[in-house]
Amino acid sequence: MLHTVNKSPFETSTLLSCLRHAREGDAVLLIEDGVYGALKGTTVAGEIWPRKGQLAFYVLGPDLEARGLDKSRLIDGFKVVDYGGFVDLVAEHDVTQSWL
Amino acid sequence: MKFGIVVNEGPYTHQASDSAYQFTKAALEKGHEVFRVFFYHDGVNNGTRLTVPPQDERHIQRNWSSLAEEHNLDLVVCIAAAQRRGILDADEAKRQGKDTDNIAPGFRISGLGQLIEAGIQCDRLVIFGD
Repeated sequence: MLHTVNKSPFETSTLLSCLRHAREGDAVLLIEDGVYGALKGTTVAGEIWPRKGQLAFYVLGPDLEARGLDKSRLIDGFKVVDYGGFVDLVAEHDVTQSWL
Repeated sequence: MKFGIVVNEGPYTHQASDSAYQFTKAALEKGHEVFRVFFYHDGVNNGTRLTVPPQDERHIQRNWSSLAEEHNLDLVVCIAAAQRRGILDADEAKRQGKDTDNIAPGFRISGLGQLIEAGIQCDRLVIFGD
C-alpha cells in the first residue's frame, strides 16, 4: 500500500496516524506541506526513525523546492521523486491511501 | 493503467487542486488512461467558468478545461455538492429558475454514482484534498 500525507506534522497528526497504521512493506510519500515531515532534526523526526527499515519513504521534489527546502536537510533514506515518480508509486502499489 | 482522480478541495485554498492537476498531467504523459476526475465537496468550485484570477497567476479552472480538451478527459462535478455551492449547468439553472449557468468547459454535472463507477472501473483511485 502507498500512503500519501499532505499536511505538515506541526499542523495535523495525519503523519503520526499514518506511521502508526502503515504495515511493513508499505510506502509513505510526503507531498504539499507534508514534506516538512521529511526534515531531519525536527521533533517528529524521531517518529520516522523506528519505521525506517520497514517502510519506504519518499518525498515530492517539486513541493520541497517550492518551500526552499534543500535535499541535504532530509532524513537519511528519503527518496525524492517528481510527479512522474508519484504516478509510478501509485501504479506500483495496489491501493493508495491519502491521509487527509 | 486506468486511473481515477478525486479532488475534494477548491482552487486557491491549499494545494490539492494543483497537486491533482500535476498528477493527472504526469499520468497522461506516462501513457496511462485517466478514466475520470471527480470533483467533490469544495472541489466543485474548480468547475466554474466565472473564475477570474489575476492575469499573471495560474488559472486553475482553465488548466483543467484545457487538459480535458487536449485529452478528452471526463471532468465530473458532484451535483449535490455543486448545488449547495452555486455551480450550475444550463439544465440545472433552468430547473432552479436561475438567470445563468456557470459550469466551465469540459466539466459536467452528475451524481455520486460516477465516483462509485470510477472506483470499480479504475485500477487506481487517488484522492486529493484538504
